Order: sequence, then C-alpha cells, then structure tokens
Amino acid sequence: MTAPDAEAATGDLREEAANAGPRALGSGFMVTCQVLLGVVLLLVWQGASGRLIDNFFISNPLDVGMRLWAWISDGSLFLHIWATVYATVMGFIVGSVAGVILGIWLGVSPFTSRLLNPYLSALNALPKVALAPLFVLWFGLGIESKIALAAVLVLFLVFLNTYAGVREVDQDLIDGARLMKATRAQVITKVIIPSAMSWMFAGLKISVPYALIGAVLGEMIAANRGLGYLVQFSGSQFDSAGVFAVLIVIALLAVALNLLVEIVQHRMQQWRIVGR
Amino acid sequence: MIDLQHVSKTFRKRDETVDAVHDINLTIAQKEIVAIIGPSGCGKSTLLNMIAGLYAPSSGSIVYKGARISDVNTDVGYMTQKDNLLPWRTVRDNVAFPLELSGIARGERGARADQVIAHVGLDGFAHRYPHELSGGMRKRVCLARMLLYGAETALLDEPFAALDAQLKLAMHDLLLKLAAETGQTIVLVTHDLMEAVTLADRVLVCTRRPAMLALEQRIELKRPRDVLNVRFTNEFKELYDALWERLRVEYHEERL
Repeated sequence: MTAPDAEAATGDLREEAANAGPRALGSGFMVTCQVLLGVVLLLVWQGASGRLIDNFFISNPLDVGMRLWAWISDGSLFLHIWATVYATVMGFIVGSVAGVILGIWLGVSPFTSRLLNPYLSALNALPKVALAPLFVLWFGLGIESKIALAAVLVLFLVFLNTYAGVREVDQDLIDGARLMKATRAQVITKVIIPSAMSWMFAGLKISVPYALIGAVLGEMIAANRGLGYLVQFSGSQFDSAGVFAVLIVIALLAVALNLLVEIVQHRMQQWRIVGR
Repeated sequence: MIDLQHVSKTFRKRDETVDAVHDINLTIAQKEIVAIIGPSGCGKSTLLNMIAGLYAPSSGSIVYKGARISDVNTDVGYMTQKDNLLPWRTVRDNVAFPLELSGIARGERGARADQVIAHVGLDGFAHRYPHELSGGMRKRVCLARMLLYGAETALLDEPFAALDAQLKLAMHDLLLKLAAETGQTIVLVTHDLMEAVTLADRVLVCTRRPAMLALEQRIELKRPRDVLNVRFTNEFKELYDALWERLRVEYHEERL
C-alpha cells in the first residue's frame, strides 16, 4: 500500500509542482554531462567487448545498433512493440477497473471484506507470475493470456490502494452526509469515492510499470510476438546483440510510460481531480 | 419534541471505561432554544451525537417526535465542533451539498447557496476551497450549509467558538432571526455563558464528566432580543450571575 503522499503534500506547492515534472532534470550543463556519460559508457562497452570480455556475452554497441536498425527497417520491431503495448494497456485497463470496483465494494462492506480477507491475502501473497501457465491454458497462446497476467498484477495493487483509501475516509464526513439524508449510493459516489480518489490514483500510478512487467513476462512464457517473446527468442539463439537491442527498446518503452503517467498526473492536479 | 429518558453513555476502550453521560432526563419543546453549558470534555458533544442518532445510548432512550431514535436522525441539522466540509468541493458546492443530495437542479441550488453565503458574510469566497479559508470562515460555511439544509432541529456544538467578538454577535443575530423565521428547535452546546444567556430560552448546566444536569435556568428575556444590548439589562445580569455562581463551583472542583 502506498500513501498518496506526493499528491497530498502538493496543497500549497502547486505552483512549484507545475514547474517541476519531466523537465526538472536541470540545466543544459547537466544534460550535457549526462549525454557525455552515456557516450563514455558506450565507448567503454565497445572497447571492452572482445578484448576484456568475450563478445558472445556482452555483444557491442555497434552490433546492437545494427540489429535494431535491421528490425526497424523490416518493420518487425513495430509489430512486437505494438503487441506489448496493446497487452500492457489492455491489462492496465482491465486490472484497474476490476481493482477499483473490488476495492470500493469491499471497502464499504465490512462483512464481506472480513469474510474474504484470508483468501485475498493468500492470493496477494502468491507470486502472480506463477499463474501464467494457467492463463495460457484458459486464454490460449494469443494476446489474451498476456492481458490476463498484466491485469492480475495491476488488479491487486489498485485494489489494495483503493481499499485502503476507502477505509481512510473520515467517518465524520460520512455521518454528516447521512444526517443530510444522503442515500447509501450518494454516500459512496459523493463522499467515499472523491475522498479515496488520491489513493486510487496513487495505486494506478504505481501499477503502470507492473502492467508492462506482466505483459513482457507473459510473452516470455509462451508467445509468437511481443518484446518479451523477442528477448526470449534472441536469448535462446545465443544472440546477445538481439537481447541487448530488445532490452533497450523495453527500457525506452518503460520510460515513455512513466512520462505519460507524470503528464496525466500533472493534468489531474490542474483539474483538481486529485491533489488536495 | 425531544425527550431524553435516563440516558447514559459509557465508552469502553480496552479495559478502561469512561462514563461520558450519566442519567440525563430532559425534554425539549418544539421551537425552544436550549443551551447546554459545562466544563470542556464533560460529555456535551456526546449528548448531541446521541440526539443526532450517531451514537446509541448505553442505557435509557431518546424519543424524537414520538419515535425512538434507532438510526441516524435526518430531521436534525448538526454542526459539529470539527468542520465537516468536503475538502474537494468549493464553498458554494459544500453549502449546496444538502440540496444536491435531495436532487435540486444545479442552477437553483447555486442561487440559494449564494444567498446564505452572503448571509454569513462570505460573499466573494464562493469559489474557494475549505483549505484556503481560516477556521472561523470554515465555521461560517458549516453554518450556511446547515441554514440551507433547513432542518427542523439544529444541533450546534460550539458553533461560534472560533469567531471574533463582532462576527460572533452578527452570527447570534442571524441565528435568532432565522430561528424566529423558520421556527427551528435549537440545541446549542457552548462554554460561553454570555452566548448561552443571550440566545437561549433555557440554559442547562452540566457537571464535569460524567455529564449530569446540575442546574436548569429559564431565561425569560423577551424576544426578539437585541443581541448587542440585551447583556446590559438588569435581568440579564441577574441570570448571568446566578448561572456563573453554579459554573464556578463546577470549574473549581475540576481544578482541584
């Protein structure tokens, strides 16, 4: 469970938060240093490869670049990226919708939540990756089994945060609304959900990378496309240049997803949906 | 209209038991304004919570308009000590919240909210969020919300404690005017004796915890009262002194 500290603390600091964000890396000088460090690392890698360490293990930047270029020019890379992105996004959507609904439902039903508590704890403790073979059995080798694995990883994170958020709602606010003749449905939609909103968004935010993990893992286990399949396939061919090439693509994809989350969060704060 | 019969409330916290309210018998008539006064932490708020139906009494019963209270009492407007404003709503949306709950159209509830917001002197703050307001202003938002809700009974728990003297008088005046206009029954908890005598038809003095009724004093000052000048009359002074004497005993015992 992650408290929505970052969101909650922004109250008066919204001005500063608006200036921060992805561009906060620093001045041009720092960017220059960072680029230089990258170039130096690439040069060291290129130099060490074949001299200090066998090219078979670590490949080298030139080979990796050439491999990337080959995949880009024949278009196969985009097919794999699309498969992974699609499974990630669908898994995220399915998992977060289910997690939010489950979290709210159990949050407002003390009896059911106590009833299900041991089972949910057991399911939560279970390494979700172990469910992958089951999903392959149920949903086949296609994209559905990857979506399922990503969704399950997302579901528990979002569920736990939503549940905690709902339980955190100030009882006085609920009592106040009930005194004003609010129905149960009104209490849930007008008090509990808005109040738990920042917790829900904290859960959604931390679960984005897990959606990607689920999708890639699903593809590594059984698939014929996707970045997970590609890294698995390259590895089994002893193609270290291919493995590194895919790793770079996955890393870039993860960075892009994180940027997207930050932009969305920034928008949310501007619209005052969360962050008070 | 409100009838408390042998009402007691005991809280249990692990091995510790706390008697908050002990054997209170009290009948409040319709349109009556009752002020309950007593040392802080004596269980006055617990009493209001029970009338609102948020706590069930440990023993005894509370009858509201002939029916025993067993669930939340939606006939009362309750202004708690803590301001229970929804932090994600603006002042206007907070004030209009009860109207929104009863399904009144956005335009109408906005207009009616603006009216009471002006009444409590918060014009110009309708679009602010609660965290942008001072404690006293938040109290006034709560008061505006309760006025707009228009419940037949108002429970007020130290509603004017955080206000400056001038504003307090203005709010007293507003409260008395609206109470006369709407015929609201008001139960007011306060630790300000001046406020209690100014506003109430009857002042009840509680003992220290557990709260028991030590004294009951009718305030036969004529209405409508001039909240500013009533305090300088002789009748007022006599009532005030008599009550103060009794309160002094309570506060004194507490200090020992």
